[in-house]
Amino acid sequence: MDHLTRLENKSIYIIREAYYQFKDIAMLWSVGKDSTTLLWLCRKAFFGHIPFPIIHIDTSYKFPEMYQFRDARAKEWHLNLLIGRNEEKLKEGMGPGSGSKLDCCNELKTNALKMVIKKYHLKAILLGIRRDEHGIRAKERYFSPRDSQFKWDYENQPAELWDQYQSTVEEEEHFRIHPILHFTEFDIWNYVKREGLPVVPLYFSKNGKRFRSIGCLPCCSPIDSEAQTIDEIVEEIRISKTSERSGRAQDKENIYTMQKLRALGYM
Amino acid sequence: MLMEERALPIVIVGHVDHGKSTLIGRLLYDTGCLPPDKFSEIQHSSETLGRNLEFAFVMDCFEEERSRGITIDTTQTFFKTPKRRYVIIDAPGHKEFLKNMITGSSQAEAALLIIDAFEGIRDQTRRHAYILGMLGFKQVCVLLNKIDLVHYSQDKFLSLKGEVIDFLNQLNVHPTFILPISAIHGDNVAKPSEKISWFDGPTVLQALDTFEPLKIEEKPLRFPIQDIYTIDGKKTIVGRIEAGELKKGQSVYLLPEKKKVEVKEIKKFLEKDVSIAHFEESIGIRLKGRHRVKRGQILTADLSSWISDQIKANIFWLDPTGYRVGEALLFRCVTQEVPCRIDKINRKFDPASMELTEEDASSIKGAEVADVLLQLDEKVAVDPFNEIPEMGRFVLEKEGRPAAGGIIL
Repeated sequence: MDHLTRLENKSIYIIREAYYQFKDIAMLWSVGKDSTTLLWLCRKAFFGHIPFPIIHIDTSYKFPEMYQFRDARAKEWHLNLLIGRNEEKLKEGMGPGSGSKLDCCNELKTNALKMVIKKYHLKAILLGIRRDEHGIRAKERYFSPRDSQFKWDYENQPAELWDQYQSTVEEEEHFRIHPILHFTEFDIWNYVKREGLPVVPLYFSKNGKRFRSIGCLPCCSPIDSEAQTIDEIVEEIRISKTSERSGRAQDKENIYTMQKLRALGYM
Repeated sequence: MLMEERALPIVIVGHVDHGKSTLIGRLLYDTGCLPPDKFSEIQHSSETLGRNLEFAFVMDCFEEERSRGITIDTTQTFFKTPKRRYVIIDAPGHKEFLKNMITGSSQAEAALLIIDAFEGIRDQTRRHAYILGMLGFKQVCVLLNKIDLVHYSQDKFLSLKGEVIDFLNQLNVHPTFILPISAIHGDNVAKPSEKISWFDGPTVLQALDTFEPLKIEEKPLRFPIQDIYTIDGKKTIVGRIEAGELKKGQSVYLLPEKKKVEVKEIKKFLEKDVSIAHFEESIGIRLKGRHRVKRGQILTADLSSWISDQIKANIFWLDPTGYRVGEALLFRCVTQEVPCRIDKINRKFDPASMELTEEDASSIKGAEVADVLLQLDEKVAVDPFNEIPEMGRFVLEKEGRPAAGGIIL
């Protein structure tokens, strides 16, 4: 079995295990390449009929290309798409310019997600995070319990032995499930290429710049790149010496911002 | 490109401060797998704390870890040699993080045991070595680190090497290599060192490259049923092949009942006429005829599995509250989930002191290792761990939380 097929099959096993253990489950789709890969793996796991909703947490600050991509895929793949927004804070004018980036991410992403989880009584959500993205994410488990405050008790994580995942959930608790934790950025692009997956056009170079990681428009900066095709992106990443999230502002404020965000329940 | 080869998962274990994280930082740096921006972040962070460059910061990302200088959780990271890719699983050395050390080790197929050449064998070295033996590791390389602190002395190396071999052999751990290294200076990690010109063995990278992944694909079929879906109105059994392969039209046994059934169709998304599925594939299948099937049953090519409601096993207790004979547990092996209890504790050990603390005990404490007899409410199908790993290892849950891991020998 080749490397990508191995990664794919492990993810499918985890997705099916999550669905067996939790019927009140949904997938979080940021529209980026990682969660689009996860979405594709969910389609594979259920032979094209995903039996749970797909949630997009919309900060309202996403790139227009991301909204277009989201709506086109939702239609094409017959997704049960739910949109989660922190309307109250958006009305108050919360945005990347109005305070610290930590507060903005926390309100428009984490708290918007909390609202969705509460509204739909979700006991588990599938997320497309990867171990190689960030040192803190490398510490994650496939099945990661969170309390009602979304706190991640990273010093006291459950043992995860041999694909036996803890699934008992207390009242007020939910699980974060990470089926593509073992993919690297390089694997993702090779997989996108092999499967012929569509991705948001922002990843491709325009006027010598492209986005290597996408989130909210004001907080993402493009990298210098001439990569206009998936093949060129694969080659660029293969020889790249900088890490993927170097263009993401929230990682720059302070070296422990990501840890703090995640402890508060950030994705 | 090395796309066809699976990354070999390795775990690095050893006593606190014997240099596990430093070794990993060194491996990444010397193999060119550390991006420069990450390197400068580590430089910055080391300077902030008023230290020299700390390679350990590559793995130790938590704020507490950097300020306390220890590793709390397992971390996975990747590096490559010209031969293959590796996933390194770092494991914490502190006693209170034993659970994380076992979690990390349980995913690895080869182990590096690191021992400070100046300090020698310590409690955590014993504990970790014991666990490597319990987990049945066959591919073990011992690194006698900080050889610079004993002035690159061959005599020191040889005397510690003898001691380590005696100690490990008692635990049924037989290391393939015992190497002198200095992770902090890079001696004999990626490159041989002139400072130990008396040593003619391999470097750490050369030693790792001799290890091989297990060949589970050549074993008889094991296909545990994970779930049953209705797809386009048809009953589809889903699961992952844990050993061997499965062919369309193949006649197989349904365990534990030992009923014969025939595989009518193999299903994969967007693929037509699938005739064979291999080890590690997550697939769907349809059976010929009508059969009562449920999660936890296992399709096999032969009847070599052991089917019983009593299982003798080695377990390691993770839960700090411990266990008293007779308390209710849940046995989980592949997709089998059956209520059980420990009927008899034949022996139990404290891995740190290496002492056999009690015979025919009535309780197990956190972090203890025991040889037990399990009594299950229903029959399950298992195999010896060294034959088919996935069918020979299990988790015991207590009140819904993983409390122990076990190996069937």
